Amino acid sequence: MAKIANKQVICDVLLEAAKKDKDIVALCSDSRGSASFTPFANELPGQFVETGIAEQNLVSISAGLAKCGKKPYAVSPACFLSTRSYEQCKVDAAYSNTNVKLIGISGGVSYGALGMSHHSAQDIAAMAAVPNMRVYLPSDRLQTECLMKELIQDDKTAYIRVGRNAVDDVYEEGNVPFEMDKATFVTEGTDVAIIACGEMVKPAVDAAAILKEQGISATVVDMYCVKPLDKEAIVKAAKGAKAVITVEEHAPYGGLGSMVSQVVAGECPRKVINLALPDAPVITGTSKEVFNHYGLNAEGIAKAAAEAIK
Amino acid sequence: MENLKALAYELRENVIDMIVEGKAGHIGGDMSVMEILTEIYFDQMNISPENMDDPDRDKFIMSKGHSVEAYYAVLAKKGFFDIKDVIAEFSKFGSQFIGHPNNKLPGIEMNSGSLGHGLPVSVGMALAGKMDENDYRVYTVMGDGELAEGTVWEGAMAASHYKLDNLCAVVDRNRLQISGNTEDVMAHDDLHERFRSFGWNVIDVADGNDIDQLKTAFDSAKETKGKPTVLIANTVKGKGSSVMENKANWHHKVPNAEELEQIRKDLAAGKEAALHG
Repeated sequence: MAKIANKQVICDVLLEAAKKDKDIVALCSDSRGSASFTPFANELPGQFVETGIAEQNLVSISAGLAKCGKKPYAVSPACFLSTRSYEQCKVDAAYSNTNVKLIGISGGVSYGALGMSHHSAQDIAAMAAVPNMRVYLPSDRLQTECLMKELIQDDKTAYIRVGRNAVDDVYEEGNVPFEMDKATFVTEGTDVAIIACGEMVKPAVDAAAILKEQGISATVVDMYCVKPLDKEAIVKAAKGAKAVITVEEHAPYGGLGSMVSQVVAGECPRKVINLALPDAPVITGTSKEVFNHYGLNAEGIAKAAAEAIK
Repeated sequence: MENLKALAYELRENVIDMIVEGKAGHIGGDMSVMEILTEIYFDQMNISPENMDDPDRDKFIMSKGHSVEAYYAVLAKKGFFDIKDVIAEFSKFGSQFIGHPNNKLPGIEMNSGSLGHGLPVSVGMALAGKMDENDYRVYTVMGDGELAEGTVWEGAMAASHYKLDNLCAVVDRNRLQISGNTEDVMAHDDLHERFRSFGWNVIDVADGNDIDQLKTAFDSAKETKGKPTVLIANTVKGKGSSVMENKANWHHKVPNAEELEQIRKDLAAGKEAALHG
């Protein structure tokens, strides 16, 4: 099957559901094209709301819609949604306990050379710190589909971050292990545990293959549910390993690495190495070039893992 | 119909009790907004503790959330909770009656406090009404200092874009904010024109502490089709007592014993005048 981006899957799942449920509403901030939501806007114009380039308004209007029984999905670039609209996410969505689903598209460094204004390397830290806010970073199109089908059925707020481009599948079509709010063990090993989220899961799996050739057995955990964090999975993975590697497309502070470290330190102390973007505007390049530069690829993860258990 | 002018003074007395007992409160704005809330809740809106699940009942967002004491007094009078509980517990340790509206309490739709949220949220609520062809109306009350928040104007833009004639905003134009005169802090004197240029129907309420004038304005808003309405209600901060009126330092203040005695006398006189004047 041709590869499609996770954001495209979100539109597909929502469009199908919205055809049967008139209360599902998609909102964009002049972002329908970049979000792959043009088909939704065209097919269900009565269930689509354009707010213009006004991300704060996007989230507040979504909250008002939710309060009156609608099921809104606010879809906007993750960089703007998570920082420009942060207070609206905190107060109108999370604090007021409204059923607003916040879809952050083109997350992390998806926008590559467009620079730090367009990168969302703070969103996990920011969103996870808000009480009542859930944070999900699905790894591939198949898991994204499973996640969205679950989220459609609940009535609580959540932030979902996906990237801009299509990514290689982590899972097999028709055979996707998925349980809501439970991390997925993609591989199970005995030497090192690699815990990753979002689009870092695929390179983590590829790193495990490289490590296997070196005689190192790696567990790979897909922590798509960054919040609520699957602590049991972290403890299980860490207990069965000499060291833990975390991998995320995020700043080095307050993200998956920080959260995993808290759990490991408290429950089963091990060496934890956090692989993340730097605490600086990233080097200019495509997202792939950026990942390669900072070692956020299969080779870099494998190298860090091998060194961690020396 | 109940004497709403007298009721507004009775509710002011509740607010004073709350603030004295809780040792905190945004007293000046509570006093200026009281007739606005009284007219909305006791004359305009179709809302009660019994009809909260009715999809056609009206909705309200207290955007100037710091005037929560006035809002509590009104909601208690409507029967959403007991005023004795509010007075006893307001702002105290572990209380559910905190210093800004919280929707864990019955009757409150959304949590507010950070300014500039109420209008955009109200836009969403009014939009939902249009989508579902419900005939409820959405009301929100903002402070005039609040209008410096950019999100107010994002909301204003969207409200006229979507022709939300089921939305009525009110500006409690008391001309004072915590730092002083609103025109010195950030000028708004072309306020009517600003809203008009955003596509709104603008109604000036010369005396926003006059129930009759407010009624006329709200009734007119209901008849306006194709665009949202804003009432610019010219009010007096600290309305009801010479101790507080038009004094910026009464934005957030607890009266001392001497001030309290005078405030109570003034409010009682105001109530008496409303009943028999």
